[in-house]
Amino acid sequence: MNFTKNAANRLIPDSINGENCIPFKGVGKYIPEGRKYAPRISSVANFPSDGNKQVKSLKEALLKAGLKDGMTISTHHHFRNGDFLANMVFDIAHELGIKDLRWFPSASFPCHHHLIKYLEDGTINRIEGSMNGPLGKFASEGGMKGVGVLRSHGGRYQAVQDGEVEIDIAVIGAPTADPFGNANGLQGDSACGLLGFALADSQYADKVIVVTDNMVDFPCIPWQIQGNYVDYTVKIDKLGDPEKIVSGTTQITKSPDRLLLAELTAKFCDAAGIIKDGFSFQSGAGGTSLAVGEYFKSIMKEKNIRARFARGGSNKYLVSMLEEGLVDYILDGQTFDLDGVQSMADNPNHVWTSPFTSYNYHGKGNFAQFVDVVILGATEVDVDFNANVVTHSDGYLLHGIGGWQNCLFSKTVILPVPLFRDRIPVIRDEVTTLCGPGELIDVIVTERGIAINPLRKDLIKAVKNSGLPLKTIRELKDEAERICGIPEPQEYDDDIIAVIKWVDGTVIDAVKKVKK
Amino acid sequence: MLMKKIASAGNRGNRVRSDCFIEIELKSSGGLSIDLKSKVAKIFGKAIRAQIEELTEFYGVKHASVYMEDSGALPFVIYARLECAIQQLIQSEKEFLPDIIPENLSISSRERLRQSRLYLPGNTPSMMINAGIHEPNGIILDLEDSVAPSKKDEARFLVRNALCQVNFYGAERMVRINQLPLGLKDAELLSPHAVQLFLVPKCENPKEIIELEKIVQSTLKKHNIKREIYFMPIIESALGVENAFLIAGASKNVVAMAIGLEDYTADLGVARTPTGEESLYARTRMVNACKAAGIQAIDSVFSDVADMDALRMNVSISKSIGFEGMGCIHPRQIEVIHQEFQPGKEEIEKAKLIVNAFEEAQKKGLGVVALGSKMIDAPVVKRAQRIIDQINK
Repeated sequence: MNFTKNAANRLIPDSINGENCIPFKGVGKYIPEGRKYAPRISSVANFPSDGNKQVKSLKEALLKAGLKDGMTISTHHHFRNGDFLANMVFDIAHELGIKDLRWFPSASFPCHHHLIKYLEDGTINRIEGSMNGPLGKFASEGGMKGVGVLRSHGGRYQAVQDGEVEIDIAVIGAPTADPFGNANGLQGDSACGLLGFALADSQYADKVIVVTDNMVDFPCIPWQIQGNYVDYTVKIDKLGDPEKIVSGTTQITKSPDRLLLAELTAKFCDAAGIIKDGFSFQSGAGGTSLAVGEYFKSIMKEKNIRARFARGGSNKYLVSMLEEGLVDYILDGQTFDLDGVQSMADNPNHVWTSPFTSYNYHGKGNFAQFVDVVILGATEVDVDFNANVVTHSDGYLLHGIGGWQNCLFSKTVILPVPLFRDRIPVIRDEVTTLCGPGELIDVIVTERGIAINPLRKDLIKAVKNSGLPLKTIRELKDEAERICGIPEPQEYDDDIIAVIKWVDGTVIDAVKKVKK
Repeated sequence: MLMKKIASAGNRGNRVRSDCFIEIELKSSGGLSIDLKSKVAKIFGKAIRAQIEELTEFYGVKHASVYMEDSGALPFVIYARLECAIQQLIQSEKEFLPDIIPENLSISSRERLRQSRLYLPGNTPSMMINAGIHEPNGIILDLEDSVAPSKKDEARFLVRNALCQVNFYGAERMVRINQLPLGLKDAELLSPHAVQLFLVPKCENPKEIIELEKIVQSTLKKHNIKREIYFMPIIESALGVENAFLIAGASKNVVAMAIGLEDYTADLGVARTPTGEESLYARTRMVNACKAAGIQAIDSVFSDVADMDALRMNVSISKSIGFEGMGCIHPRQIEVIHQEFQPGKEEIEKAKLIVNAFEEAQKKGLGVVALGSKMIDAPVVKRAQRIIDQINK
């Protein structure tokens, strides 16, 4: 394997899986030329005139779609850790003796550990999508035959749109669908809110299969996925475990340390003048992020401030802000609890979006850019504010990128992180894996102090006299090391087990195989 | 004394964090073997092994097998667990003392604010590490009720090391020792190591304070340490309440006295109610004794950690009858307690007027201070000055 140093000073392979890698050139530096990928032209003449595309089983659909060795099969993570569908698809592929598939999920979850045996026996060659939990461990120890590729949600749309990944068969699980293939995520036992992650797949895949456990007569309204893109529809008993698809209720953290982190984050935003009439924000669904939202809420109430929009993952807390008139719109990417699903179904100001509108970098803008403040997590941050969100400090893949990289383009990016987790310092000399360049990361909030990126002179000036515990990032790193000790350098095998794509399809870093 | 061959210390299990479990077996030959299971093995494995080697060498243990299960313990915890295990196996007068971090060399004072003091179980390192970031006035490393009888020894090592190594970010470093006489052993071991105040539980008699003071003084003298360690007796019985004034005056180093209402109501044989009628006498008597002795009166903890409104109410009553502080069992209680003990707007305004009038009178050489048509006595001026000092802090 030959390596090249990219613009972030990371060694990346010249090619993986037989395809060339374009090294990361810098933020906004790589401008692609040419045209988008074009799927085959279809003709109504080749489809049933009554619009009924339903076939008897998923297996029949896959066979009709021409499933064969080496294909790229896509699935989606709308059912999160309650998903049954991806496992079913590869059970069938295995049964048919198909080999060397590329699995292209929008994300994988621990429930997909079932697929490890197919990665071992060669049914699946590699995963291009997130790898965490048991799959992350398996991949990190070199178990996959091919090299994994991790992309952001926006990067996944970009890769499909640009033809970087050609999907042979997209299998779209839909909580409600009609036999023509119109589908939505709002109704049915497996309701998950929206199906935005499958949008690109429906538009660009060669064959599209919609699988539902709630088949209704035409028309399925609203049609988040349009049947005009769909080849086959299938009804099965159960797409997933509803309790694991959305949680009955999301909970704010009870940990006093995390609450403090959330409170400091909100106070920072307030002091910096970010929380003002007409502003916009995005905060995730983790316990700490939910708490940030609640602190925002109390500041907004106290000062009589209204936000123009909030970017979901929605949950009951965000929904309550919409209902109380504290935000005008929720622009949602995914819903995390039943209140979120309900609100999306009922409230016209709770809008479902896709990675195309929110995140795609190869478009004519995307709205993540004009969110005023986004609160994100990270596994590690280095002294230049570069951050890692995919690997643990011991090199194991731990998380997917999700929308994380795409959100870095918002006006202010804040990472509330504990100074150390179980003795492992979060602020390092160098991140284990680079996912986001420091120039896009503005503020690191820890329980022991807040560090502002020196590039953000405006923020430094704004909070100068706020009384907040401001420190330099090096001071924070030193404090962590004084408490925990200095982390020992890690040794890796030379083999690359995955690469990390930047939002524009270039390679920002490579993940090495861990030494057991 | 017949010594054991195998000894263990520390905690393990799925829910345990920032701690470790260590088992050491002495051998007659074969050197030192280490079996380390740690979730941070790849990142701190070498450092952990080095600590094990350092401690065994310090105690002259040459042949032993050491088994360790680690859930991300910080170095001060690992030292404490190792030392506790080794000391069960060999007889040694030696102590393995971690350095005291510069922050923990700070000196306390009689008058410092003690509105909030956060209880931390003395054998649970995960709760100690971040305690200071919540900015309580004091932290209490508890050796008494929160530590099981079989864990008293290992907790003592852990608390000692925490006093030396954990940065509590300016909180007063307090230790609740065990009820005497066991507490005397705690005090003797801990006095030389950065502790600023001992809480003395279930105190009933001034003799206990005198006895404790003797041990503390002689220990400090032995180590050639010249600093004060203050005392805060906790009154938790009917007899204690009756002796409150004597206890408050038992030593010049008694700077505050607290009341413990769980045990007190049990002693009376009544239930503890949210409104606290049953303890009104005890609380007011306590406050009176404290004021008479010139020390701070500190209220009992409020145990419903989820109900902040009830806590707020509780603190406001507490303040109104003369208490100056309260215990906390959860960090989120700290802010509420501080807010409620904080003087109110009107109180501050009035205090400013009084202090201004006093200063005016002084300038003019007047012996009598008046505000409008009202004469102001010296104690009123003193109280006003305290309010001003408090908000300036």
